[in-house]
Amino acid sequence: MSGFISILLTGLVFVIIYQIAKASEYATILRGEGKINARVNRTMALLLVLFFVLGMYGIWLCHDALIDKMLPISASQHGVEYDSMLLVTLVVTGVVFFITQTLLFWFAYRYQSTEKRTSFFFPHNNKLELIWTTVPAIAMAVLVAIGLRNWGKMTGAAPKDATVVEVVGKQFNWIVRYPGKDGVLGKRDFRKINDATNVLGLDWDDKDNKDDIIAQNGELHLVVNKPVSILIGSRDVIHDVGLPHFRMKMDAVPGIVTTLWFTPTITTAKMKEITGNKDFVYEISCDQMCGKGHYSMRGTVIVETQEEYDAWMAKQQTYYAANNAPAAAPAAEGTAAPEQKTDSVKAITMK
Amino acid sequence: MSDVIIQGTNVAHTHDAHGGHHGHEHHEQHFITKYIFSQDHKVIAKQFLITGIIWAIIGALMSVFFRLQLGFPNETFPIMEKFLGEWAKGGKLNPEFYYALVTMHGTILVFFVLTAGLSGTFANLLIPLQIGARDMASPFMNMLSYWFFFLSSIIMFVSLFIQTGPASGGWTTYPPLSALKEASLGSGLGMDLWLVSMALFVVSSLLGGLNYISTILNMRTKGMTMTRMPLTIWALLFTAILGVLSFPVLFSGFVLLIFDRNFGTSFYLSEIFIGGKALPHVGGSAILYQHLFWFLGHPEVYIIMLPGMGMASEVLSNHSRKPIFGYSAMIISMIGITVLAFVVWAHHMFVTGMSPFLGSIFVLLTLLIAVPSAVKVFNWLTTIWKGNIRFTVPMMFAIGFVSLFISGGLTGLFLGNSALDIHLHDTYFVIAHFHIVMGVSAFFGMFAGIYHWFPKMFGRFMNNTLGYIHFFITLAGAYLIFWPMHYEGIAGMPRRYYDYSAWESFKQFESLNSFISIAAVLVFFAQLIFVVNFFVSIFRGRKMTTQNPWGSPSLEWTTPINPGHGNWEGDIPEVHRWPYDYRDDGNGNDFISQTTPLKPGEEAH
Ligand code: HEM
Ligand SMILES: [Cu+2]
Ligand SMILES: [Cu+2]
Repeated sequence: MSGFISILLTGLVFVIIYQIAKASEYATILRGEGKINARVNRTMALLLVLFFVLGMYGIWLCHDALIDKMLPISASQHGVEYDSMLLVTLVVTGVVFFITQTLLFWFAYRYQSTEKRTSFFFPHNNKLELIWTTVPAIAMAVLVAIGLRNWGKMTGAAPKDATVVEVVGKQFNWIVRYPGKDGVLGKRDFRKINDATNVLGLDWDDKDNKDDIIAQNGELHLVVNKPVSILIGSRDVIHDVGLPHFRMKMDAVPGIVTTLWFTPTITTAKMKEITGNKDFVYEISCDQMCGKGHYSMRGTVIVETQEEYDAWMAKQQTYYAANNAPAAAPAAEGTAAPEQKTDSVKAITMK
Repeated sequence: MSDVIIQGTNVAHTHDAHGGHHGHEHHEQHFITKYIFSQDHKVIAKQFLITGIIWAIIGALMSVFFRLQLGFPNETFPIMEKFLGEWAKGGKLNPEFYYALVTMHGTILVFFVLTAGLSGTFANLLIPLQIGARDMASPFMNMLSYWFFFLSSIIMFVSLFIQTGPASGGWTTYPPLSALKEASLGSGLGMDLWLVSMALFVVSSLLGGLNYISTILNMRTKGMTMTRMPLTIWALLFTAILGVLSFPVLFSGFVLLIFDRNFGTSFYLSEIFIGGKALPHVGGSAILYQHLFWFLGHPEVYIIMLPGMGMASEVLSNHSRKPIFGYSAMIISMIGITVLAFVVWAHHMFVTGMSPFLGSIFVLLTLLIAVPSAVKVFNWLTTIWKGNIRFTVPMMFAIGFVSLFISGGLTGLFLGNSALDIHLHDTYFVIAHFHIVMGVSAFFGMFAGIYHWFPKMFGRFMNNTLGYIHFFITLAGAYLIFWPMHYEGIAGMPRRYYDYSAWESFKQFESLNSFISIAAVLVFFAQLIFVVNFFVSIFRGRKMTTQNPWGSPSLEWTTPINPGHGNWEGDIPEVHRWPYDYRDDGNGNDFISQTTPLKPGEEAH
């Protein structure tokens, strides 16, 4: 009831405002109905210019406030190229933005209606039109050229020496599989999936699977300066492996395998120094709507030196041993070598 | 040809000798046939507009709710519980329902407001009036088009209240998420209703579109050659063509989805383990849906943009008292946009695992489409250059339209370039881009059109003072909301997130998110100023006393102040010149009406 009354009151307020506005308007209608009062016209022209000036100032303020937060330092090789391409595009579009907006508001102000003015009959001019068709076309060609060169590089084949890792999405977390000693990821089959003992549906008849290691906490360990090729899959709906610090992203689509590769260049530890944030961690964000827990589908990337990586790897147990060997032993060992407890693992409670 | 039309749909004009006879016609018409099941294009236009406004309020209110969640994740808002009940228990939005709101917000604004509400209103209102026809080619089909839209609206509305909630997989409803009931609550009954509603919507849109095209091609009055049509009509023609060619593809995508959901087919499904068991589907492709969806989805953004472009062209020229610059270039650029719109869809799919080579081709085509868009901007700028500008409310909105179109269009160059998109895809950069360019900018085109043609629709003016207030708050507010989102997006902040506080990389934007949310709430209330202005002005607005208040050469202003069904009393006027003849007519007017015969020795346009 009180809600109804407040809606009624709000309505009433609007109607009163309307009536006042209407009264003031009748007072200012002096000339023909479509033409508007000279004073109003001048005021509006001025307000538009004011809007433009304040707007540009606002853009500067906004930029000043957010520039440090905008683009995290890039932690991969091609990320550096990405950033320079972003800068070029920003400058090109920034210049066009500034010129066209200035012209728009300047013309509006400059050619406001006055008693004396008559408009200039100027229906077309082929030369002008030709110029502003070709100039944008050339600018686009340049942007496309830069873009395609970078695109080719980043989507091209991964270097031969790249480590292979598999990242699989499911509602709502990431599962990471390392190929183990043989460097080969074994076959998996969605029909063999079992949430208790075989989260990825590894086919135990494939011996390549026997040494594979699975991290269910979504922690992806990488070696600094070593290219990594990530095979991406999904168990249920579409997800997306988003790696903002490495300027990379790829969908995880059920039924197909997608890939991406990059070379991380800065270790997590180093990044903590650079950012001055002791909690810093590379994150994997799910960038494709996947259901109610989409926003909590968080993985982490630990970039470390080869020694640290090897030390960590040595402590891992193969998924086969953990789930298929005699019951007692692996359980004990599993607790002896607990999941890596790094500061990156932050539980998000989901209903 | 005009003979045929006179015999066809004229109703009352021949009997009615005394002009300015409003409202009633000599054939007594029942209230129901006149205002509800009306076949008069002008009434149908108003039906589309008012339905669109109601949807816009609902859609915007949804954005207020989810913006409150995003801006203040740790607060509770008891008012939300009032509106949403169980879904916002204790004043805190449930994540499941957050996604439902986002999905409905997108669907409603894109389809119901900026497609039906925009094209439906202005194609219906302007096509017959500006080309000199008594009504649409098929007034009956036209009426059906509205009622299919109405039915579709009702179903979508009902889906908001069902127990499992409305569809919640995003307005793009990608399978498998949208195909599997196990995947989310919203993929249950809500999704079925969504699909049925959208299928009816497609029907409505096709009935309307076919009608618009045939009317424009066949029913122009004597002398109204294609190159004498106002740019609004050109724009609406291309809008209709885009819709007619691409909506059926969307429809087929939906049909396959309905089959996958209910009849055990596997068009989109393959190798899925969900809800504790492996599903039998193999061999389908989830990407197929995305191709079908975006084959409409991209043309859809031009379906939303083109009417605004047409109306902004008209308004900019009229209120600058100057011909549109480069009339033919404007048409050619629209042709370019229309053709290219069909071959850029996969720029939404650069990171779906599509072949990178295919991606390259779509990069090229996408950046190509920027050229005609740039031409349009330069032509608008030259149109106001050396004009004699009257800052009426529609003119303000048209200027705002150009400003926003520039701002939003330029960021498209980032997203269209796959090498940049690979980082920006599905982040707030995208939200900022498409809201500015097709959300707010298209709305500004629509507002320009409403303020400009309101007198033609209702014989009264909207209130100017409120119009100016509405304009400035909305323009400033739109930039305040969406400009900072670019920064969040470049930082990689993903879209469609309910809460960022657990993310080391994104929680730094907490205060910025609050700021954006406050701006969004203010802008929402500013829109209510418009709503009140609109509805009160229908009954209380300043009355129009002359036929042609804006001094416009085009035909709609040669009809009586309150035209009856049939539009012109007596014969339909003949057209002798193009619609942008803003020259001294020798009688103290600064324009020459399209109906004025050529002077001896004057060259025809
Ligand atoms: C009051 C003004 C508006 C505000 C504050 C607003 C805000 C937002 C925000 C923050 C999102 C992202 C939510 C998320 O991803 O979690 C969103 C999504 C969206 N909005 Fe708006 N919006 C507004 C008006 C519009 C308009 C005019 C359109 C028309 C084109 C529109 C179309 C969409 C679409 C299509 C989505 C995507 C929905 C999805 O992800 O499935 N919005 N809006
Ligand atoms: Cu997700
Ligand atoms: Cu597109």
